[in-house]
Amino acid sequence: MGSFIVAKTLFDKLWEEHEVETLSERESLLYIDRIFLHERTGSVALNSLLERGREVRRREHTFCTMDHIVDTFPGRGDTTLMPSGKDFILATRSAARETGIRLFDIQDPDQGIVHVISPELGIALPGLSLICPDSHTCTLGGLGALAWGVGSTEAEHALATSTLRVTRPDTMQVLFEGSLPAGVTAKDLILHTIRELSAAGGAGYAIEFSGRAIEALPIEARLTLCNMATELSAFTGVIAPDPVAIDYCKGRQFAPSGSSWDQAVAHWRSLSTDEGARFDCHRRLSIDGLKPQLSWGTSPQYCIAWDDKVPLAGDALTEADASVWRRMQDYMGLTGGSRLADYPIDAAFIGSCTNSRLSDLQLAADYLLRTGHRVARGVKALCVPGSGRVKREAEARGLHEVFQSAGFEWREPGCSMCFFAGGESFGNRARIASTTNRNFEGRQGIGSRTHLASPLTVVASACAGYLTADTTA
Amino acid sequence: MTPFTRHVGVAVPLLRDNIDTDAIIPSREMRTVSRTGLADGLFAPWRYTDVEARTPDHSFVLNLEVFAGASILLAGQNFGCGSSREHAVWALMERGFRVVIAPSFATIFHNNALRNGLLTVSLDEHLIQGIREWVEVNPQHRLVEVDLEKCVLITDSTHAPIPFVIDSLSRKMLLEGLDEIGLTEQSLGSIAAFEESDRKRRSWVYLSDA
Repeated sequence: MGSFIVAKTLFDKLWEEHEVETLSERESLLYIDRIFLHERTGSVALNSLLERGREVRRREHTFCTMDHIVDTFPGRGDTTLMPSGKDFILATRSAARETGIRLFDIQDPDQGIVHVISPELGIALPGLSLICPDSHTCTLGGLGALAWGVGSTEAEHALATSTLRVTRPDTMQVLFEGSLPAGVTAKDLILHTIRELSAAGGAGYAIEFSGRAIEALPIEARLTLCNMATELSAFTGVIAPDPVAIDYCKGRQFAPSGSSWDQAVAHWRSLSTDEGARFDCHRRLSIDGLKPQLSWGTSPQYCIAWDDKVPLAGDALTEADASVWRRMQDYMGLTGGSRLADYPIDAAFIGSCTNSRLSDLQLAADYLLRTGHRVARGVKALCVPGSGRVKREAEARGLHEVFQSAGFEWREPGCSMCFFAGGESFGNRARIASTTNRNFEGRQGIGSRTHLASPLTVVASACAGYLTADTTA
Repeated sequence: MTPFTRHVGVAVPLLRDNIDTDAIIPSREMRTVSRTGLADGLFAPWRYTDVEARTPDHSFVLNLEVFAGASILLAGQNFGCGSSREHAVWALMERGFRVVIAPSFATIFHNNALRNGLLTVSLDEHLIQGIREWVEVNPQHRLVEVDLEKCVLITDSTHAPIPFVIDSLSRKMLLEGLDEIGLTEQSLGSIAAFEESDRKRRSWVYLSDA
């Protein structure tokens, strides 16, 4: 045996073990272990596949949920506020039945947001390649999966062939130095990262997040962090699976068991970046003293510490930046130099594939319990659990009562107000403190003014009636 | 897929960075389970002063008469970021766009475009500014030519053609209008062989077909 072994990054290993064929210097045919669809774009892929007379090649590896369009009101059915929403739901149900794939339908106890239920059910696992026609599929990198978002045509390709033709991205290591202060969450960490690297800073890269602060994160927080890798325009974000990740997967419905489990664990233990492996790019970010973050603009890169001032366009480095800032501040109804606390909010939203897991809900509920605060007058506040399972577990802990008695609505699982799914919105020009991932113009409804933040910052803002962080701890 | 070989058309500048797919086609404009009926919703938040009533915003560049019939979009960096919705590509194409020229593109958008015959050309910002300045003098007559066979952009005879780079497989796919699924189906043998050997290494990956 030779003693020379090429040191590889985690991403290199994930890529290479899924390589079916090399198509060109940079492009490979990759094997796709799991496909997850939803009723918004999955229905298009399934219909198109059927229209062309093709079949789902591996239906046992293909899953579908209802999350993007379905309403989240208690007692909901197939009808949605969005006039044609029912068409998507019926088309998805019918295509799922015809192809024999597993559908987590509206009344299924495991229904929920795709990136919440796929780790919950053990459909996403370390080392698996997983695609979904949804940009936030990179969430599952938090478990050590090779997961990324695609369009409907690529989803159809994966359904028909169990593969995708993929251009290999470069590798970037983002190394966090220091540790997260109390009350500062994975959401603050990723918002800070996007601010530092920019919304295009990850373009062309698969990012590995590492450092002691990452190792200290529980799995749900790692999912939150990797969820927003797409807001860096990265191909995906990934964290090496460690004993915490392996422990998380144990006993889940679609996870291996028995001797198969042992084989999987042995494999997962090999999934980390080798000593001396080369990344194409390194970034180090110091996070000591990091404060809760809030976005002020219409791209997630425009974030500040909650008590910082909204930047003055005159301070921008270039005239182009100044004009972008002015345009955003005009849209957001903000004045440069003011504090975010000067602005009353109309709504608060806790939910989405970023922050709707049990630990997110618990964090917000703990604030309500600890402070006894209630939602401020005039603020519409919603809490939307990410899945049926999250909802059941939260209710078993009595969290629904905590939220409801504080003035939050308690909803059924779905994507909800992340992008006015089902057709619901907070109203034109509504200012929203939101645990979601995108503050784009109109994302949460026509004229919506979204401020991205952690569940803790959102609940504190909901109770204050203006943008603020938790100052009670 | 619509093949792409060469295209000549009116270019329209929308030089903002990070134009996201929610801006290109908002969720509420994706009304049917199909790839069509999207052109009216293209850039809806910017094109209309009242989206519901479809009242045009006459100051928005796509509504300007001088850019009528535009088929080439000049944009800022990270074009198509955000949601993976392929509807962004379908909406652009339904409205008549065949080419988007920007300093950079979000990967999913780029991949979606390629698979539908919408050409994405990455060029340095200053070159895009140059094209914009040249076009704006008389957009309806100063047409931009995009030649994928030679991989060049041509403005007029007094300017040298601007070369652009595209990987060879993407170029081939576009030129021939290849059906990618059909192409990969030729590899079904090696996919099955991969599964057979992969099962030995990663048996835990393969679920039973209940």
